[in-house]
Amino acid sequence: MAPSSQAWAGARRRFGPALSVLAQRALTNVYASAHQSEAQSLSLHCRLFRCQALPPSLIRSDTDEKRCLNIELRTVYIVGLAEWCVSLKMLSEGTSFVKGMVLGGLFCLVVSLIGNFSLGGQPSVELHLHHHLKAPSKEELQQLPEAHRLELSQKVRVYCAIMVQPKVLLYWATAKDTWSKHCDRAVFYTSESAKALEAVDLQEKDEWAKLRKALQHAHDNAGDLRWFFVARPTTFAIIENLKYLVLNKDPNQPFYIGHALKSGELEYVEFESGIVLSLEALRRLLAIFRDEDKCPERGRAIWKLSEEKQLAICLKYTGVFAENGEDSQGKGLFNSKGANALISESLAHNPPDVIEGCCSDMAITFSGMTPNQMHVMMYGVYRLRPYGHNFHDSLMFRPPEGSDND
Amino acid sequence: MSDTQAIETTGSVSEREISDENHTRAIELEQKVRVLCWVMTGPKYLSSRAQHVRSTWARHCNMVLFMSSEADPDFPTVGLNVTEGRDQLYWKTIRAFQHIHRHHLHQADWFLKADDDTYVVLENLRYLLAKHDRDDPIYFGRRFHPFVRQGYMSGGAGYVLSREAVRRFVEAFQTGRCTHSSPIEDLALGRCMEAVRVKVGDSRDEQKRETFHAFPPEIHVVRKTSPKRSWQLSYDYYPTKEGPECCSDLAISFHYVPPDLMYELEYYTYHLRAYGYKYRFDPELEAIRSASGDT
Repeated sequence: MAPSSQAWAGARRRFGPALSVLAQRALTNVYASAHQSEAQSLSLHCRLFRCQALPPSLIRSDTDEKRCLNIELRTVYIVGLAEWCVSLKMLSEGTSFVKGMVLGGLFCLVVSLIGNFSLGGQPSVELHLHHHLKAPSKEELQQLPEAHRLELSQKVRVYCAIMVQPKVLLYWATAKDTWSKHCDRAVFYTSESAKALEAVDLQEKDEWAKLRKALQHAHDNAGDLRWFFVARPTTFAIIENLKYLVLNKDPNQPFYIGHALKSGELEYVEFESGIVLSLEALRRLLAIFRDEDKCPERGRAIWKLSEEKQLAICLKYTGVFAENGEDSQGKGLFNSKGANALISESLAHNPPDVIEGCCSDMAITFSGMTPNQMHVMMYGVYRLRPYGHNFHDSLMFRPPEGSDND
Repeated sequence: MSDTQAIETTGSVSEREISDENHTRAIELEQKVRVLCWVMTGPKYLSSRAQHVRSTWARHCNMVLFMSSEADPDFPTVGLNVTEGRDQLYWKTIRAFQHIHRHHLHQADWFLKADDDTYVVLENLRYLLAKHDRDDPIYFGRRFHPFVRQGYMSGGAGYVLSREAVRRFVEAFQTGRCTHSSPIEDLALGRCMEAVRVKVGDSRDEQKRETFHAFPPEIHVVRKTSPKRSWQLSYDYYPTKEGPECCSDLAISFHYVPPDLMYELEYYTYHLRAYGYKYRFDPELEAIRSASGDT
């Protein structure tokens, strides 16, 4: 570990537990009367303070750890002073009203000034805890014994829930003929049935309600599959690379992975580039579906949020947060654009290496491609290759039965 | 003639950006089967097309020459004694092979001609050529017919001549056995090859799938036929297949490939893959099977 990480780890060990407790208590005191949702989001912040309690997958770098501690110290400082301010005010009131007001006011002024003061001379850190979930490195995998690796190949199994409608029939057919064959189970969920293609007809026009029903159905029919991939047929997914990403992650822990975006305070996974849920995340989600206040079925009345955001809000209530799926070099694995579009963009910037500036070798999803381009990608991923370049992968996945284009 | 303006690309495979793999076999072949690539281009296509060839597949050649009507020392290009234009293509081809014959004949075993909108996978070309002898009079490409009894090779899909084939072609122009009979480069060259008894090779893989392609992948790989392609279907020497059977896993070339698609194909060929995936097509296994089937 680098020296700086050691220092942070040491500080956290010594001060961490005490600070966490103090911070929590202070927050409860001062903000007890606040609006319920605000309190809840604060209690979520509380949870975030307890960095040790976060699953290791959520702490991916020094930066995350430092932010954790910074927030702890800063908030405690402010909150501690705020408490003092309040209690002093109460004391002053005992002697004379005016004096008390002035004294209290002065202290609260001091507190707000200190609130803007950053600790340790570092710039004021925005409460932005962006979670990165990285694929295992070659070294990590090689450390596992071979028998364990083969076992993992068989154990990591994915249930694909593909949300279709007759309006996108050609994409639906393309997904069925291409990438979905590599899911351990692929189920198409439609709003109304189409004669040509088989699907579970949810008879639901509202997108959010449709997604909820699909997820319930997926959970009930998953068998022993523990990972869930939700996508539209306009997305192309390489399921083997998805399996690689989650290979050493426990599906009995909550995982909610994809291309993570931020909207105000809400961090959510973009639907168009595919959403990955572990079994535990799905279980928690289905449980909170029953809470009409937190996670209403007919959408939030005042403004209609997209399904991806509603999903993120519901999951957040259960303590599950969006994570950005990345390769070992930090390149995003879930793409909201097609390979062609990303290459063109890279080319336009005229970099020394167009492909290096574009996309990961282990990309999981691309979106926005035409059906023909998806057929080309199918050929490009599962067949086209240069003779004599062999990989010694730690896992092995067999081609699916009854398929001729892979 | 001007001195060599070839781009040496030795040791290219070992410097490749692909990590985490064993490419000993590819390196072996690169040393054993030396390919000189020459790219038909022109002054006005250097920055729009040829430079992208140079940045992508040309790096995998043992040596590459960019043939133009004008010599450009910076690119670099070889200046041939021709003018630009579609009707000059056969003249360019003749002059290009004459240049190679004079300056580079012993620096390679096989000589590939490609357009500046052709994409080539050199490793797969070497795999094909490794089974043949460079001193054999033979050439490979996308086999077309009729017009030439033994067939001829599509110009756009790229074709590759053995050293002996290059020798015979150039000598035929010295003796007058072959002349500039037509501006249609691939047809005229095919006629000359037949005249000097250079054989047409079968470039299909062990499962009889084509490796050289006269169109971009999208045209070949998608299952349904479009009426536009009927003229193309009639040129194929072997029965045309569309959909997944169109193309070998170890495809060698595609044509009408603009720059963006070149990088995309480079990404698909050398970078993007499905981790741990066990390919259906195992060339070595197929070779053993077909060999035992013959005897």
